[in-house]
Amino acid sequence: MIIKAVVFLPLFAAIIAGILAFMRHGNDSESSRRVDTMSQWITSGGLLLSAVFATLVFIDVGLNGNARTIHLFTWIDSGSFDVAWALKVDTLTAVMMIVVTYVSAMVHVYSIGYMHHDHHVPRFMCYLSLFTFFMLTLITADNLVQMFFGWEGVGLCSYLLIGFWYHKPSANAAAIKAFVVNRVGDFGFALGIFAVYMIFDTVHLDTIFATAPEKADTMLVVFGYEFHALTIACLLLFVGAMGKSAQLGLHTWLPDAMEGPTPVSALIHAATMVTAGVFMVARLSPIFEYSDLALTVVTIVGASTAIFAATIACTQNDIKRVIAYSTCSQLGYMFFALGVSAYSAGIFHLMTHGFFKALLFLGAGSVIHAMSDEQDMRKMGGIWKLIPVTYGLMWIGNLALAGIPPFAGYYSKDIVLEAAYGAHTGVGSYAFYMGLLAALLTAFYSWRLLFMTFHGSPRADEKVMAHVHESPKVILFPLMFLATGAVLSGWAGYSYFVGEGAVEFWGNSLLILDSHPALENAHHVPMLVKYAPLIVGVIGIGLAYVLYIKRPDLPGKIAASIPTIYAISFNKWYFDELYDRIFVRPAFYLGRNLWKVGDGTLIDGLGPDGISSAVRIMARRAAALQTGYLYHYAFAMLCGAVVLVSWYLFSNVG
Amino acid sequence: MAEFPILSLLIFMPLIGAGFILAIRGDEEVVAQNARNVALWTSAVTFILSLFLWNGFDQSTADFQFIEKYEWMPSFGISYHLGLDGISVLFVLLTTLLTPICILASWTSIKDRVKEYMISFLILETMMIGMFSALDIMIFYIFFEAVLIPMFLIIGVWGGKRRVYAAFKLFLYTLLGSVLMLLAIFVMYANAGTTDMTVLLTHAFPAEIQPWLWLAFFASFAVKVPMWPVHTWLPDAHVEAPTAGSVILAGVLLKFGGYGFLRFSLPMMPLASADFAPLIYALSIIAVVYTSLVALAQEDMKKLIAYSSIAHMGFVTAGTFTLTTQGIEGAIYVMLSHGVVSAALFLIVGVVYDRIHSREISDYGGLVERMPTYALFFMVFMLASIGLPGTGGFVGEILVLVGLFAVNTWVAAFCALGVILGAAYMLYLYRRVIFGKLTKESLKQIADMNRREVVIFTPLLVITLWMGIYPPAFLDFMHVSVANLIEHVQTAQAAAGMLVAVSP
Repeated sequence: MIIKAVVFLPLFAAIIAGILAFMRHGNDSESSRRVDTMSQWITSGGLLLSAVFATLVFIDVGLNGNARTIHLFTWIDSGSFDVAWALKVDTLTAVMMIVVTYVSAMVHVYSIGYMHHDHHVPRFMCYLSLFTFFMLTLITADNLVQMFFGWEGVGLCSYLLIGFWYHKPSANAAAIKAFVVNRVGDFGFALGIFAVYMIFDTVHLDTIFATAPEKADTMLVVFGYEFHALTIACLLLFVGAMGKSAQLGLHTWLPDAMEGPTPVSALIHAATMVTAGVFMVARLSPIFEYSDLALTVVTIVGASTAIFAATIACTQNDIKRVIAYSTCSQLGYMFFALGVSAYSAGIFHLMTHGFFKALLFLGAGSVIHAMSDEQDMRKMGGIWKLIPVTYGLMWIGNLALAGIPPFAGYYSKDIVLEAAYGAHTGVGSYAFYMGLLAALLTAFYSWRLLFMTFHGSPRADEKVMAHVHESPKVILFPLMFLATGAVLSGWAGYSYFVGEGAVEFWGNSLLILDSHPALENAHHVPMLVKYAPLIVGVIGIGLAYVLYIKRPDLPGKIAASIPTIYAISFNKWYFDELYDRIFVRPAFYLGRNLWKVGDGTLIDGLGPDGISSAVRIMARRAAALQTGYLYHYAFAMLCGAVVLVSWYLFSNVG
Repeated sequence: MAEFPILSLLIFMPLIGAGFILAIRGDEEVVAQNARNVALWTSAVTFILSLFLWNGFDQSTADFQFIEKYEWMPSFGISYHLGLDGISVLFVLLTTLLTPICILASWTSIKDRVKEYMISFLILETMMIGMFSALDIMIFYIFFEAVLIPMFLIIGVWGGKRRVYAAFKLFLYTLLGSVLMLLAIFVMYANAGTTDMTVLLTHAFPAEIQPWLWLAFFASFAVKVPMWPVHTWLPDAHVEAPTAGSVILAGVLLKFGGYGFLRFSLPMMPLASADFAPLIYALSIIAVVYTSLVALAQEDMKKLIAYSSIAHMGFVTAGTFTLTTQGIEGAIYVMLSHGVVSAALFLIVGVVYDRIHSREISDYGGLVERMPTYALFFMVFMLASIGLPGTGGFVGEILVLVGLFAVNTWVAAFCALGVILGAAYMLYLYRRVIFGKLTKESLKQIADMNRREVVIFTPLLVITLWMGIYPPAFLDFMHVSVANLIEHVQTAQAAAGMLVAVSP
């Protein structure tokens, strides 16, 4: 019952807020304001309650080990393809539930303050709650198809939320981009589901996990070639994870998604939607474990994304985009942790990251709010005394992100890097060194952000500066809560997630084969490896200090001295331009030509229109045939008779 | 036979209503209003009566039910023979559901010759119900062809500017296929000695003539579906048809082809079906990818939805010939959900067409400002069209893809590609019509949906979500009949020494 409450409270809240959205009349009338307030209370209340229940579930399932599945009712049932609506809760789900409901509840409360002036408050609250509901159905799925339901559902809500300000063309474009790019990933996910169904004859997770060891050597013919069955299934599923978690190649939607209101960025990017891919791979650890190739791919993609996104974050000027690329990079860390079979380390980083990244996004929102909706860091600066609380909270978020002890990121990022090192494989080392380099850049761009935003001389105009003000309590309270998480969650969670209590804590929700000892080895790495992330972190901060406080003239000079590298980073490695050339424009070009030439000239031209004009010509000729000569008619009749007789004979033979 | 003749009642009920309308006399305005009322009441009563099928249908047997049989031309063995099984029963319900909705949707938009219009619609309903419940191949053929006449009139008389061109295109295309089908029916009669479909379904036609029969039926069904490359009549017909005409065309008429494949091609020509399956796959893939790309480039709302219909029908044809449980049930499900969703989408276009009299996408933009209710309904049906889980569109598509993946991965992958493109063209359409700033003068005073329109859309919305969240309500009708069909075809193929695909 309590599990159902966690999942369905947000849905009910969303429905009520949706109805309220239609009861709003006029923009600023008294009654409209009342409707707004009601929708805010109902959704925020529902989410807070859901978070409380999620805590109880976490204690019951995570700490006391009462994993269980609640079967609701049959969904799709066709032959042996049997799918049910169900709520499966084990430790992995319980951890995700905590992250999702807490961050979401904080985002709801924050939105009360942040969206105060908007004319579409109930609609916004409805989308937020609906998003949370879909996310919860995703993590509680006991089969792949329900997971797909939640998966596409959060995709829908992110489309709605990114495009929330629908009068902005850029927001609409970003929304469509997010949905379509995700669909490309979902295409892989769907094919992965079909492959799993081919192998196991079911999509029910527990059954799959139980029979996976027997299927470890099965082969499957896909696209005309024979593949190791579990490898091809895992790789296809991983394409889905790459789309949702914005990994290299399918990452292009994420920075554009910053067109949505800030709380959306926090909700979608920090703790919830983008981590769905990480959750999926962890959830499917009992099949990924049997495919070394798939794990290798996961590691390489994760490590490459970590460094790739970090290089872009160093040169961006939009405060939210910096954090967005940072998210992309951190997701890379989580993936390579999964790739070396350190699933619990990946989930640990997912959790701590959820708190501090939500803090950073919402903190950035607070800055944007203070700066009269300015997002360009080049037009900020010199405001730290004016908004001290936000400033302090941003420090906490960045310290956690850069992995400085005792903040949360220190614990989780360390264990991730140590596990990569401890894998003692080629790809493991690749991941370790890329991760280390990315850690240097992370610290650098984080403090670049801090210094550009808060320090130096003010670069905004006087009117904006005069307006700079600390945000109200309703905005600051969620920030403080998240900051607490960013400080404590690493320290508090370490022994449960990856330390001595881990085996008991995770129970059966994750599987690691004995042949993959990376996590075990992570606890016995050389001293230098252990402290390397911290050292590079400090170097990165120092570098940012030198470049943006001591010698603010240097960054420009450096950029000018390496124009190509700078341009590649600044233009995000030209992915958007590339995709536009090879996918978007050809699709429209093809569409237009298939329509005009294919349908128009060829099919209609040779078909109906061609025939009708031919008939017209024939008719004119036929008229000429009416010659009046008897032998002409006799000849025609003879021809007809021949045709009839031959048809008769032919059909009799048949 | 002593049973209550429910099917005959359903078939003739609309005809009786049409008779009443014919008898209405008097002032033009009064006639129009009375014709509307009679048509609405007739179709509503027909719908309520048809709910008896929903309740009374026995889901545990593959036998035909609600059977009626009367001698008609005994010397030729032709009889008036009706009945339904798990494949056809829901199509009858789809028909009886959509007809009153169509009449309601034409309430104010049809102003000329209302009487004749309503009569056409009721006759159309008779023909459609008759087609789905016919158990004699001659009866089937008569209904199958006769449907064309009211449809031809609806487009040709009440259509748009190029209505005559569109109507003739529709007529010629479909007629061409039908002639071949009629020939095939004669051959079948000559071979089996009867026109009774229950006998024909178990009759083993010689392997040599199966390909010819199959191709003849294919000629007719492929046009109706429509499959690429005989699809170009559909966009023109949709564009020129009045809203309700499009609704029936997309909602019910397009299902004739898919239904025909399931009822005739698969069970009666099982060997040829296996041989020609690759052809079907190839044409289906082209339909899905080609028409999705074409839809992306459309500037006319109705044309865009018409092309998307062709893409969806590609799923139907591909799924049908997988001969897997999921593939066939998925194909039927796609037809049913597409029947509801595409009908709703054409109605959605009709709502703004009635106000602005334009179908050009570029004439719209920012409608959400003035029409929030409209935007919501449009959103739900758009999402159902792109197969979002939780809507009816998803269930059918995923079942078809599951079936396809088991048979041929390439086909499954190409069809799944259509799902990506589907998202692109529908979201792009929605963005251009609904989102953005409302700047056009003509839209400044546009009114949101009125109560009549909400009444039209609400049942469609409920069914769309119901089909997405609790599909067993619909799938349970099909299971036994589909299993029986597959078993029958596989037995026939095995007897002929063909390799039988293992169906999961």
